[in-house]
Amino acid sequence: MNQMTSVERTVDSKNIKIAANNVQVHYGDTHAIKDVNVEIEDKTVTAFIGPSGCGKSTFLRCLNRMNDTIDICRVQGDILLDGEDIYDKRVDPVQLRAKVGMVFQKPNPFPKSIYDNVAYGPRIHGLAKNKAELDEIVEKSLRRGAIWDEVKDRLDAPGTGLSGGQQQRLCIARAVATEPEVLLMDEPCSALDPIATAQVEELIDDLRARYSVVIVTHSMQQAARVSQKTAFFHLGNLVEFGETGQIFTNPVDPRTESYITGRIG
Amino acid sequence: MTDISQTPGAAPAAKPKGGSLFEKDARTKRRNAAESRFKMYGVAAIGIGLLMLVVLVTNIVTAGTGAFQQTYLELNVELKADKLDKKGNRNIEDIKKVSTFGYAPLIASALETEVQELGIQTDLKPKAMGKILSKAAQAELRNYVIANPDEIGKTVSFRFLTNSRVDGYLKGRVTRESIANDKSITVEQLDFVDQLRDAGVLYKAFNPDFIFGSDASDQRPEAAGIGVSMLGSLFMMFVVLALALPIGVAASIYLEEFAPQNRLTDIIEVNISNLAAVPSIVFGILGLAVFINYMHLPTSAPLVGGLVLTLMTLPTIIISTRASLKAVPPSIRDAALGVGASKMQAVFHHVLPLAAPGILTGTIIGLAQALGETAPLLLIGMVGFIASNPPDGIVAGFLSPNSAMPAQIYEWSKRADPAFYERAWGGIIILLIFLVTMNTIAVLLRRRFERRW
Repeated sequence: MNQMTSVERTVDSKNIKIAANNVQVHYGDTHAIKDVNVEIEDKTVTAFIGPSGCGKSTFLRCLNRMNDTIDICRVQGDILLDGEDIYDKRVDPVQLRAKVGMVFQKPNPFPKSIYDNVAYGPRIHGLAKNKAELDEIVEKSLRRGAIWDEVKDRLDAPGTGLSGGQQQRLCIARAVATEPEVLLMDEPCSALDPIATAQVEELIDDLRARYSVVIVTHSMQQAARVSQKTAFFHLGNLVEFGETGQIFTNPVDPRTESYITGRIG
Repeated sequence: MTDISQTPGAAPAAKPKGGSLFEKDARTKRRNAAESRFKMYGVAAIGIGLLMLVVLVTNIVTAGTGAFQQTYLELNVELKADKLDKKGNRNIEDIKKVSTFGYAPLIASALETEVQELGIQTDLKPKAMGKILSKAAQAELRNYVIANPDEIGKTVSFRFLTNSRVDGYLKGRVTRESIANDKSITVEQLDFVDQLRDAGVLYKAFNPDFIFGSDASDQRPEAAGIGVSMLGSLFMMFVVLALALPIGVAASIYLEEFAPQNRLTDIIEVNISNLAAVPSIVFGILGLAVFINYMHLPTSAPLVGGLVLTLMTLPTIIISTRASLKAVPPSIRDAALGVGASKMQAVFHHVLPLAAPGILTGTIIGLAQALGETAPLLLIGMVGFIASNPPDGIVAGFLSPNSAMPAQIYEWSKRADPAFYERAWGGIIILLIFLVTMNTIAVLLRRRFERRW
């Protein structure tokens, strides 16, 4: 697992799902993201790596406008999802977030039953006409979250009673239940032990078949293991973006090389 | 590093560098002494607090339990038909025409008969004998007859309230020495009371009228009860709950979840905190100016009292609601927004249910505070002698003049007769029972639903 074997991995599709052009983010007086241009492809895992505070999470949260909840945060530039600017005045962030799902750093299931956790999204978006359809969506999502076998007998148990890894997979199942097109993951494994991490990574690889996945991670090994594309952020700049294999074996920018060899970070 | 062959506890070959660990150095000793001193102060502080609580509770209980008992005189009263129902048709309107004054001879003759039957020897004139009864006795009998007109013509055994002096004599408050300058009772009357008590017709018993009855005038402390003002408090609490809870919760949710962070909301926030510290009498005078003088709502009405107490309770509810909304981890909001819930859905589906126990606790504590509040009621006329009967109907309950429990207690404590003093303490016991119950519910709620995430 530790070997950087992703060099040979092929990318299925060249469709651009999200295109960011000259994105600037300010937190009050702090210039958090400086002029970032990046193209995220469909059915691909894109990893954002970089030292703490480099802006990779901030940028990720721009992609589904979660930064809107922070009053002092200002976003400039265009972020196009399928060619539509998500910061356009006509865009309702709620509708956007149904298309661009998110999984957070700390597993955050609702303090409700496992079933209700997954069913919540489909319910509020009206994806199921009746109970049977909802049951089907819940089962399908839990299967995609690779947690169905562990919880199928206790769907009424509280989601908060699961182990950390199970909770995170439940959160992934919850995110995929609304049938998003893009799945954003903000350090999804940082609170998990190595076994749970391996399970989630395996799951991410499976999700690639259906979604465009963007993952922020602190672990370069993880980025190498799960992603096809990698973006290296440093001090708010996107330093380098390219094929994962190329970034890890043959980085162009000296800062990238320093970071992946452990000299900065 | 360690030499296993060495027996444990054996003296080390050389003295350890920097002194032995088995001996405390001066610095450690000082530190430990300071720590144990501090612990002692803490224990002493708690001890003083507990002692005061014990003193307070014993004081209240000893002074107040008397109010729950009252001295009664049991007499067989002949309800003479020719006096009470002259037309003989048992028409309730005609029976009502007989005033309390008309019942006096019935009671007097009943007492005389009783004395003869029991063989009590006394020099007292019948009028002086009757003085040991309460001034409320005739009204009591009249109410009974009006409620049961069928009893007219029969002889019924009836339990009369005795005078507050007689009551005090049985409770030990009044003695033969203490009545030297008291014109309302004589030593002979006390002897007569002793004889009646020995005969078993004059006795102390539980007094439900204290809990359920209405206030009585200065002359009849034995007939006064807290029941009607309890209803007054109850109606005020309805008003407070119906207004303060929705307004407070709505304001908190808006401020906490939706309002932009700017100078205006900062000012509002600071002012809400300041409002919580405003003396309650200020709310009273505000209520007087706005609700009574400007809006012309009825004086002394629980509706106005409830409105004033609502103003007073709002800051408490807003502050506690905001605190419990803040305590819901932001990750829950993120999770809801992340699956595409709107802000309102995130708040109402996830944040509010988690904050509900905290909100309820704050509300109950706010209500308990309002229940015990007297000062604002002074200004809107809810303190004073308001001898109302229990209100007939819900609307009358809100609009007709009434008092509240703490106001009633204050009123009793002002009056001259020591019998009222006892009732004030009794009222405090009832009020405290309410407050302790409410606070216990609040604590239990908090325990039961604490942190489920």
